[in-house]
Amino acid sequence: MGDFLLVTIQVDLYDQLAENLESDLINTINKHNSKGVLIDISAVSIIDSFMGRILGNIAVMAKILDAQTVVVGMQPAVAITLVELGLSLNGVISALNVEKGMDLLRAKMYNGDNEEQIDDDNSDQ
Amino acid sequence: MAITKNRSMMITATNKVEIAIVREQDVVPLRNRVKDYGVKAGMSILNQTKLITATSELVRNLLKYGGGGKVLVEEVNNGRDKGVRATFIDNGPGIADIDLAMKDGYSTGKSLGLGLPGTKRLVNEFDIKTEMGVGTTVTIIKWKNG
Ligand SMILES: Nc1ncnc2c1ncn2[C@@H]1O[C@H](COP(=O)(O)OP(=O)(O)OP(=O)(O)O)[C@@H](O)[C@H]1O
Ligand SMILES: [Mg+2]
Repeated sequence: MGDFLLVTIQVDLYDQLAENLESDLINTINKHNSKGVLIDISAVSIIDSFMGRILGNIAVMAKILDAQTVVVGMQPAVAITLVELGLSLNGVISALNVEKGMDLLRAKMYNGDNEEQIDDDNSDQ
Repeated sequence: MAITKNRSMMITATNKVEIAIVREQDVVPLRNRVKDYGVKAGMSILNQTKLITATSELVRNLLKYGGGGKVLVEEVNNGRDKGVRATFIDNGPGIADIDLAMKDGYSTGKSLGLGLPGTKRLVNEFDIKTEMGVGTTVTIIKWKNG
Protein backbone atom coordinates (compact mmCIF):
# COMPACT_ATOMS: atom_id res chain seq x y z
CA MET A 1 0.00 0.00 0.00
CA GLY A 2 1.25 3.46 -0.85
CA ASP A 3 2.17 6.07 1.74
CA PHE A 4 1.28 9.71 2.25
CA LEU A 5 3.47 12.54 1.03
CA LEU A 6 3.89 15.71 3.05
CA VAL A 7 5.09 18.76 1.14
CA THR A 8 5.78 22.02 2.93
CA ILE A 9 6.03 25.15 0.84
CA GLN A 10 8.42 27.43 2.70
CA VAL A 11 8.65 30.47 0.46
CA ASP A 12 6.49 32.37 -1.98
CA LEU A 13 7.17 30.56 -5.20
CA TYR A 14 7.82 32.23 -8.49
CA ASP A 15 6.50 30.55 -11.59
CA GLN A 16 9.37 28.27 -12.51
CA LEU A 17 9.66 26.96 -8.95
CA ALA A 18 5.94 26.32 -8.83
CA GLU A 19 6.05 24.40 -12.09
CA ASN A 20 9.02 22.38 -10.83
CA LEU A 21 7.08 21.56 -7.69
CA GLU A 22 4.20 20.32 -9.81
CA SER A 23 6.30 17.93 -11.89
CA ASP A 24 8.49 16.76 -8.97
CA LEU A 25 5.43 15.97 -6.95
CA ILE A 26 3.74 14.01 -9.71
CA ASN A 27 6.93 12.00 -10.23
CA THR A 28 7.21 11.27 -6.52
CA ILE A 29 3.57 10.17 -6.24
CA ASN A 30 4.15 7.86 -9.16
CA LYS A 31 7.39 6.43 -7.81
CA HIS A 32 6.10 5.71 -4.31
CA ASN A 33 2.59 4.83 -5.35
CA SER A 34 1.38 7.36 -2.78
CA LYS A 35 -2.28 7.43 -1.92
CA GLY A 36 -2.36 10.84 -0.35
CA VAL A 37 -0.59 14.20 -0.68
CA LEU A 38 -0.60 16.87 2.00
CA ILE A 39 0.56 20.28 0.85
CA ASP A 40 1.28 22.59 3.77
CA ILE A 41 0.87 26.19 2.60
CA SER A 42 0.83 27.85 6.01
CA ALA A 43 3.97 29.83 5.06
CA VAL A 44 2.51 31.04 1.77
CA SER A 45 1.35 34.64 2.02
CA ILE A 46 -0.25 35.00 -1.40
CA ILE A 47 -1.90 32.73 -3.94
CA ASP A 48 -2.66 34.29 -7.29
CA SER A 49 -4.40 32.68 -10.26
CA PHE A 50 -1.17 31.07 -11.43
CA MET A 51 -0.34 29.47 -8.09
CA GLY A 52 -3.98 28.47 -7.70
CA ARG A 53 -3.89 26.75 -11.04
CA ILE A 54 -0.74 24.84 -10.07
CA LEU A 55 -2.44 23.55 -6.91
CA GLY A 56 -5.47 22.54 -8.96
CA ASN A 57 -3.29 20.77 -11.53
CA ILE A 58 -1.50 18.84 -8.80
CA ALA A 59 -4.84 17.68 -7.39
CA VAL A 60 -6.10 16.58 -10.80
CA MET A 61 -2.92 14.75 -11.77
CA ALA A 62 -2.65 13.12 -8.35
CA LYS A 63 -6.24 11.93 -8.73
CA ILE A 64 -5.37 10.28 -12.02
CA LEU A 65 -2.58 8.46 -10.17
CA ASP A 66 -5.16 7.47 -7.57
CA ALA A 67 -3.91 9.84 -4.86
CA GLN A 68 -5.96 12.39 -2.94
CA THR A 69 -4.60 15.90 -2.40
CA VAL A 70 -5.28 17.93 0.73
CA VAL A 71 -4.05 21.50 1.10
CA VAL A 72 -3.48 22.44 4.73
CA GLY A 73 -2.95 25.64 6.67
CA MET A 74 -4.17 28.23 4.20
CA GLN A 75 -3.96 31.65 5.87
CA PRO A 76 -7.38 33.26 6.35
CA ALA A 77 -6.38 36.38 4.39
CA VAL A 78 -5.30 34.16 1.50
CA ALA A 79 -8.59 32.24 1.56
CA ILE A 80 -10.69 35.41 1.56
CA THR A 81 -8.62 36.95 -1.23
CA LEU A 82 -8.98 33.84 -3.39
CA VAL A 83 -12.76 34.02 -3.14
CA GLU A 84 -12.80 37.68 -4.12
CA LEU A 85 -10.42 37.03 -6.99
CA GLY A 86 -12.94 34.46 -8.17
CA LEU A 87 -10.69 31.44 -8.00
CA SER A 88 -12.30 28.30 -6.68
CA LEU A 89 -9.81 25.57 -6.00
CA ASN A 90 -12.01 22.93 -7.55
CA GLY A 91 -11.10 19.42 -6.53
CA VAL A 92 -8.69 20.69 -3.90
CA ILE A 93 -9.74 19.68 -0.41
CA SER A 94 -8.47 21.83 2.43
CA ALA A 95 -7.93 21.27 6.13
CA LEU A 96 -6.93 23.49 9.01
CA ASN A 97 -3.59 21.86 9.77
CA VAL A 98 -1.41 18.85 8.97
CA GLU A 99 -2.94 16.69 11.68
CA LYS A 100 -6.51 17.29 10.48
CA GLY A 101 -5.36 16.80 6.92
CA MET A 102 -3.94 13.39 7.86
CA ASP A 103 -7.20 12.42 9.54
CA LEU A 104 -9.03 13.41 6.39
CA LEU A 105 -6.77 11.33 4.19
CA ARG A 106 -7.05 8.30 6.45
CA ALA A 107 -10.82 8.59 6.57
CA LYS A 108 -10.87 8.82 2.81
CA MET A 109 -8.88 5.65 2.45
CA TYR A 110 -11.33 3.71 4.60
CA ASN A 111 -14.34 5.13 2.86
CA GLY A 112 -13.00 4.61 -0.61
CA ASP A 113 -13.51 7.41 -3.05
CA ASN A 114 -16.80 8.75 -1.85
CA GLU A 115 -16.08 12.45 -1.29
CA GLU A 116 -19.52 13.24 0.04
CA GLN A 117 -18.94 11.06 3.10
CA ILE A 118 -16.14 13.20 4.40
CA ASP A 119 -17.22 16.66 5.26
CA ASP A 120 -15.40 17.58 8.44
CA ASP A 121 -12.99 20.53 8.21
CA ASN A 122 -13.84 20.82 4.61
CA SER A 123 -16.39 23.53 4.73
CA ASP A 124 -14.59 26.11 6.81
CA GLN A 125 -12.14 27.44 4.25
CA MET B 1 -10.46 53.27 -24.60
CA ALA B 2 -10.59 53.30 -20.82
CA ILE B 3 -12.49 51.90 -17.88
CA THR B 4 -12.35 53.53 -14.48
CA LYS B 5 -13.65 52.55 -11.05
CA ASN B 6 -14.19 55.21 -8.34
CA ARG B 7 -11.83 57.98 -9.29
CA SER B 8 -11.06 60.06 -6.20
CA MET B 9 -11.14 63.84 -6.19
CA MET B 10 -7.72 64.80 -4.98
CA ILE B 11 -4.80 62.51 -4.32
CA THR B 12 -1.28 63.38 -3.29
CA ALA B 13 1.45 60.89 -4.12
CA THR B 14 4.90 60.54 -2.58
CA ASN B 15 7.92 58.24 -2.53
CA LYS B 16 7.57 57.01 -6.10
CA VAL B 17 9.72 54.07 -7.20
CA GLU B 18 9.97 52.71 -10.70
CA ILE B 19 10.63 49.00 -11.13
CA ALA B 20 11.53 47.45 -14.48
CA ILE B 21 9.87 44.12 -15.23
CA VAL B 22 11.51 42.03 -17.90
CA ARG B 23 11.29 38.46 -16.66
CA GLU B 24 9.37 36.35 -14.20
CA GLN B 25 12.13 36.60 -11.57
CA ASP B 26 11.23 40.29 -11.26
CA VAL B 27 7.77 39.42 -9.92
CA VAL B 28 8.61 38.33 -6.36
CA PRO B 29 10.82 41.40 -5.62
CA LEU B 30 8.03 43.64 -6.93
CA ARG B 31 5.49 41.91 -4.70
CA ASN B 32 7.81 42.42 -1.71
CA ARG B 33 8.23 46.09 -2.57
CA VAL B 34 4.48 46.60 -2.79
CA LYS B 35 4.05 44.80 0.51
CA ASP B 36 6.52 47.21 2.15
CA TYR B 37 4.39 50.11 0.93
CA GLY B 38 1.24 48.43 2.28
CA VAL B 39 2.87 47.89 5.67
CA LYS B 40 4.04 51.49 5.75
CA ALA B 41 0.50 52.70 5.00
CA GLY B 42 -0.64 50.68 8.02
CA MET B 43 -2.73 48.20 6.05
CA SER B 44 -4.24 45.10 7.65
CA ILE B 45 -2.85 41.72 6.57
CA LEU B 46 -6.02 41.16 4.57
CA ASN B 47 -5.71 44.40 2.62
CA GLN B 48 -2.00 43.77 2.07
CA THR B 49 -2.84 40.33 0.73
CA LYS B 50 -5.47 41.74 -1.64
CA LEU B 51 -3.07 44.42 -2.87
CA ILE B 52 -0.22 41.97 -3.43
CA THR B 53 -2.46 39.45 -5.18
CA ALA B 54 -3.79 42.18 -7.50
CA THR B 55 -0.20 43.26 -8.19
CA SER B 56 0.78 39.71 -8.98
CA GLU B 57 -2.06 39.32 -11.50
CA LEU B 58 -1.31 42.58 -13.28
CA VAL B 59 2.43 42.08 -13.48
CA ARG B 60 1.79 38.62 -14.87
CA ASN B 61 -0.36 40.14 -17.63
CA LEU B 62 2.27 42.79 -18.27
CA LEU B 63 4.87 40.07 -18.83
CA LYS B 64 2.72 37.56 -20.67
CA TYR B 65 0.74 39.86 -22.98
CA GLY B 66 2.59 43.18 -22.83
CA GLY B 67 6.08 41.73 -23.30
CA GLY B 68 7.36 43.36 -20.11
CA GLY B 69 7.40 46.97 -18.99
CA LYS B 70 7.59 48.87 -15.75
CA VAL B 71 5.66 49.36 -12.55
CA LEU B 72 5.43 52.57 -10.54
CA VAL B 73 4.68 52.26 -6.83
CA GLU B 74 3.68 55.26 -4.70
CA GLU B 75 2.28 56.19 -1.31
CA VAL B 76 -0.97 58.06 -1.77
CA ASN B 77 -3.17 60.16 0.47
CA ASN B 78 -6.63 61.54 -0.27
CA GLY B 79 -6.97 63.55 2.94
CA ARG B 80 -9.06 60.87 4.58
CA ASP B 81 -7.00 57.74 4.07
CA LYS B 82 -3.53 56.54 3.18
CA GLY B 83 -2.92 53.93 0.55
CA VAL B 84 -0.74 52.48 -2.17
CA ARG B 85 -0.97 53.19 -5.88
CA ALA B 86 0.63 50.89 -8.43
CA THR B 87 0.78 51.65 -12.15
CA PHE B 88 1.58 48.92 -14.66
CA ILE B 89 2.87 50.21 -17.98
CA ASP B 90 3.69 48.17 -21.06
CA ASN B 91 4.27 48.96 -24.72
CA GLY B 92 2.68 45.78 -25.94
CA PRO B 93 -0.06 45.18 -28.51
CA GLY B 94 -2.87 46.68 -26.43
CA ILE B 95 -6.30 45.13 -25.78
CA ALA B 96 -8.79 45.08 -28.64
CA ASP B 97 -11.94 45.02 -26.52
CA ILE B 98 -11.56 46.07 -22.88
CA ASP B 99 -15.17 45.28 -21.98
CA LEU B 100 -14.57 41.72 -23.06
CA ALA B 101 -11.18 41.51 -21.33
CA MET B 102 -12.81 42.68 -18.08
CA LYS B 103 -15.28 39.78 -18.12
CA ASP B 104 -14.77 36.82 -15.81
CA GLY B 105 -13.56 33.88 -17.83
CA TYR B 106 -12.39 35.76 -20.93
CA SER B 107 -8.83 34.85 -21.90
CA THR B 108 -6.83 34.85 -25.11
CA GLY B 109 -4.09 32.96 -23.26
CA LYS B 110 -6.00 29.73 -22.58
CA SER B 111 -6.05 30.73 -18.94
CA LEU B 112 -8.83 31.33 -16.41
CA GLY B 113 -9.53 34.91 -17.43
CA LEU B 114 -9.66 36.03 -13.81
CA GLY B 115 -6.76 38.47 -13.64
CA LEU B 116 -8.44 41.71 -14.71
CA PRO B 117 -11.95 41.27 -13.27
CA GLY B 118 -10.55 39.69 -10.09
CA THR B 119 -8.06 42.51 -9.62
CA LYS B 120 -10.81 45.08 -9.98
CA ARG B 121 -12.70 43.37 -7.14
CA LEU B 122 -9.62 43.28 -4.90
CA VAL B 123 -8.72 46.97 -5.08
CA ASN B 124 -10.59 50.22 -4.41
CA GLU B 125 -9.69 52.10 -7.55
CA PHE B 126 -9.01 50.55 -10.91
CA ASP B 127 -8.25 52.25 -14.17
CA ILE B 128 -7.22 50.70 -17.46
CA LYS B 129 -6.17 52.51 -20.61
CA THR B 130 -5.11 50.78 -23.76
CA GLU B 131 -4.35 51.61 -27.36
CA MET B 132 -3.77 49.08 -30.08
CA GLY B 133 -0.12 48.94 -31.08
CA VAL B 134 0.86 51.38 -28.33
CA GLY B 135 0.38 49.57 -25.05
CA THR B 136 -1.63 49.18 -21.90
CA THR B 137 -1.54 51.03 -18.59
CA VAL B 138 -3.39 49.74 -15.54
CA THR B 139 -3.53 51.81 -12.34
CA ILE B 140 -4.79 50.50 -9.01
CA ILE B 141 -5.16 51.99 -5.56
CA LYS B 142 -5.71 50.10 -2.34
CA TRP B 143 -6.64 52.30 0.59
CA LYS B 144 -5.62 51.39 4.10
CA ASN B 145 -9.25 51.18 5.20
CA GLY B 146 -10.64 50.29 1.80
N1 LIG C 1 -1.14 44.09 -20.60
C1 LIG C 1 -1.90 43.49 -21.53
N2 LIG C 1 -1.61 43.65 -22.86
C2 LIG C 1 -2.37 43.05 -23.80
N3 LIG C 1 -3.43 42.25 -23.54
C3 LIG C 1 -3.76 42.05 -22.25
C4 LIG C 1 -3.01 42.64 -21.19
N4 LIG C 1 -3.59 42.28 -20.01
C5 LIG C 1 -4.63 41.48 -20.34
N5 LIG C 1 -4.75 41.34 -21.67
C6 LIG C 1 -5.80 40.59 -22.40
O1 LIG C 1 -6.93 40.50 -21.56
C7 LIG C 1 -7.29 39.13 -21.35
C8 LIG C 1 -7.85 38.95 -19.98
O2 LIG C 1 -6.83 39.14 -18.99
P1 LIG C 1 -6.98 38.43 -17.57
O3 LIG C 1 -5.79 38.73 -16.75
O4 LIG C 1 -8.31 38.78 -17.02
O5 LIG C 1 -7.03 36.88 -17.94
P2 LIG C 1 -5.83 35.91 -18.37
O6 LIG C 1 -4.51 36.56 -18.11
O7 LIG C 1 -6.09 35.48 -19.77
O8 LIG C 1 -6.05 34.70 -17.40
P3 LIG C 1 -5.60 34.62 -15.84
O9 LIG C 1 -5.22 36.01 -15.42
O10 LIG C 1 -6.81 34.14 -15.12
O11 LIG C 1 -4.46 33.67 -15.82
C9 LIG C 1 -6.02 38.34 -21.64
O12 LIG C 1 -6.28 37.02 -22.03
C10 LIG C 1 -5.40 39.18 -22.75
O13 LIG C 1 -5.99 38.88 -24.00
MG1 LIG D 1 -4.05 37.44 -16.30
